[in-house]
Amino acid sequence: MSLGIGRRGTWAELRRYPSALAGVALILLLVALALHTLATVPYGQAVASWRSGEAHLPVNARPVWSDWLSPGRAPRSERLSAETRESEAFPGGRRLTQRIELDYTYDDFPSELALFLRPQHSERAAFLRLGWQTPDGREITLGSRRLVGETRVALSQDRALEQRLGRPAHFGLLAGPDGEALVPGRYTLTLEAVFFDPAAELESELWLYGRVHGLAGTDHQRRDLSLALRWGTPIALAFGLVAAVGTTLSTLVIAAVGVWYRGWVDALIQRLTEVNMILPLLPILVMVGTLYSTSIWLMLGVVVLLGIFSAGIKTYRAMLLPIREAPYIEAARAYGASHLRIVMRYMLPRILPVLIPTFVTLIPTFVFLEASLAVLGLGDPVLPTWGKVLNDAQAQSALYNGYYYWVLAPAALLMLSGLGFAMLGFALDRVFNPRLRNL
Amino acid sequence: MSALVEVEDLSVHFEVRQWGFLRLGAVQAVDRVALTLAEGESVAIVGESGCGKSTLARTLLGLHRPTQGEVRFAGRELSGLRRRELKAYRASAGYVQQDPFGATAPFLDVRRILAEPLIIQGVKRAEREARIRAALEEVHLTPVEELLGKFPHMLSGGQQQRLVIARALILGPRLLIADEPVSMLDASVRVEILELLRRIQGQRRLTLAFITHDLSTVRHYAERIFVMYAGRLVESAPVDELLDAPRHPYTQALLGAIADPDAANAHRQRELPAGEPPSLLDPPRGCRFHPRCPHAMAGLCDRDDPPDFDVGAQHRSACWLHRE
Repeated sequence: MSLGIGRRGTWAELRRYPSALAGVALILLLVALALHTLATVPYGQAVASWRSGEAHLPVNARPVWSDWLSPGRAPRSERLSAETRESEAFPGGRRLTQRIELDYTYDDFPSELALFLRPQHSERAAFLRLGWQTPDGREITLGSRRLVGETRVALSQDRALEQRLGRPAHFGLLAGPDGEALVPGRYTLTLEAVFFDPAAELESELWLYGRVHGLAGTDHQRRDLSLALRWGTPIALAFGLVAAVGTTLSTLVIAAVGVWYRGWVDALIQRLTEVNMILPLLPILVMVGTLYSTSIWLMLGVVVLLGIFSAGIKTYRAMLLPIREAPYIEAARAYGASHLRIVMRYMLPRILPVLIPTFVTLIPTFVFLEASLAVLGLGDPVLPTWGKVLNDAQAQSALYNGYYYWVLAPAALLMLSGLGFAMLGFALDRVFNPRLRNL
Repeated sequence: MSALVEVEDLSVHFEVRQWGFLRLGAVQAVDRVALTLAEGESVAIVGESGCGKSTLARTLLGLHRPTQGEVRFAGRELSGLRRRELKAYRASAGYVQQDPFGATAPFLDVRRILAEPLIIQGVKRAEREARIRAALEEVHLTPVEELLGKFPHMLSGGQQQRLVIARALILGPRLLIADEPVSMLDASVRVEILELLRRIQGQRRLTLAFITHDLSTVRHYAERIFVMYAGRLVESAPVDELLDAPRHPYTQALLGAIADPDAANAHRQRELPAGEPPSLLDPPRGCRFHPRCPHAMAGLCDRDDPPDFDVGAQHRSACWLHRE
């Protein structure tokens, strides 16, 4: 079945509106991002790393691009392995000495320092002594400790060290004698481990946590924000699309059924619609989320369910009523068309011109609804979404703490999706409803 | 000639309700009408706007349910048909509407408009195209090739009405009902369309029922005329007899109202019936024409319904004047 305006004709018309092209480009961009995300980051991996964060990521790191906005070069995350390894055997054991060299050239202190140790040895604990040598020749002892199995030595969280240095280790170790200014240059971490096992080995790594990470930065739980921003795209698009399709189709079919059968069927549909129109959607969703489950698919179901008898029925009914009385409908009955065929094939196509733009502009409203729910704390418990990023940012007072990127990135994505669909929708409206053109 | 359509004691009333359930009354659009259409016959049903002639047509097509009485097509009663039989009946009754501009779906092209009845009636795909082309040629919508892809709004009024006629004929009906087929067309194309219907009726041996309020052209296209007034059939006769010697006072008044091209008649006083047709929600008792009738007889016309009187060969008139 073809419309009065063919598909090719619609596209040709649409191309005359730059805003439509921009809208289509934005939508395609978002779709491409969504598809790329689905292809490269498996669902299980996304959910897992969003739930627990990733140990190698710095806390609250800015996006890399923020470096261009401020003077100096912010530290990147680095992992440094030992460059010199010496071993010295003694009866019943082995002494390992390793040095990790750090050429510090950044203009700011790192966000954290930690040492990762992976020893291979017998049951008995080893002894470990750590030393720090600054470029200006000072020696700072970092204390000694027992070493059993894989260990993360969180230098920045070492209270005793912090007391001695006057500041947390990632400041104090890299500052000059006054403890204030950063001193660039070559630092050396010396590890001396005594194992009571002649065959013992030690792998050591110094982890320097940067101040910037990735395109979107990280949050307070060492989670890469770009993961949530990327995975939020397919979720937002799917939610918006499914909700828009579900509510539009059901609304349309119900309106058409009411108009076609008239009488009590229509009256019942109208009363149900009126009752439903005064039911507030958001509080109901909040209730469902609080009392039952905040699963995004449940929310989607409730949205569609409540959307079945939405205000759209009134609009579609008003448009369908005159169409029902059109002579061609009577002619169709006279040549034997069934009720279903008349409604689906003869009546509904007439309102497609109004339906399509409305549908397109409806999609982002559901994207926003999902984000609103997440901001209200009713986001899906496992899936990373844009709204949940905003929710976290709010909970962590992101703007007060200067983590503007934490709010801006998801907000920008939400705005872009709204903008894309709105620009396309308005242009479609002009193409399908030419009378609007001169307004 | 055998009877194709038999209508007996047919009433079609529409209930008027408030708020969907309070019954306020019924519009008696068609009331106790009886008529018979013979196979291959061409008849005209005439009357003023709102006299029930379109409702009668729709009831003949099975689009309205009779409130009372029955319509038989080839001996079978319409309201007793099952869904499948009704669908088959719809293939044997074509319908040409008054408004050619609204009679076709604006979003379908000519090919699809003509294909729809074929699809619905289960005609095989391979056969459709040939039938569509044949139908277009029959109504002289040529060049066929050029027209197949056009949408209704690209066609002229006359072309659109030809398309509607082609659609009505494409299923090979035995009965064709044309409800004021030319009233919305330019005078220049009216004759063409009427000639077309006449020719097709002759070629196909169709039973053709014209519905019209235009008595001036009826003589050329119908063999018999039925005159309706306020839901009732008041007079029926062969066309020449009715036009030359009308017997019912309403028919006489109606014929008197025809515009006469003779300039000398411009100043002649006409006998026009005073007043308006009655409300069908609350029609007058007795003869429905009596409030406007110059010959109304008090105590008779306003009390009792006049029966149909035979006033000539195939000529019947429902008026108490003929009672002797």
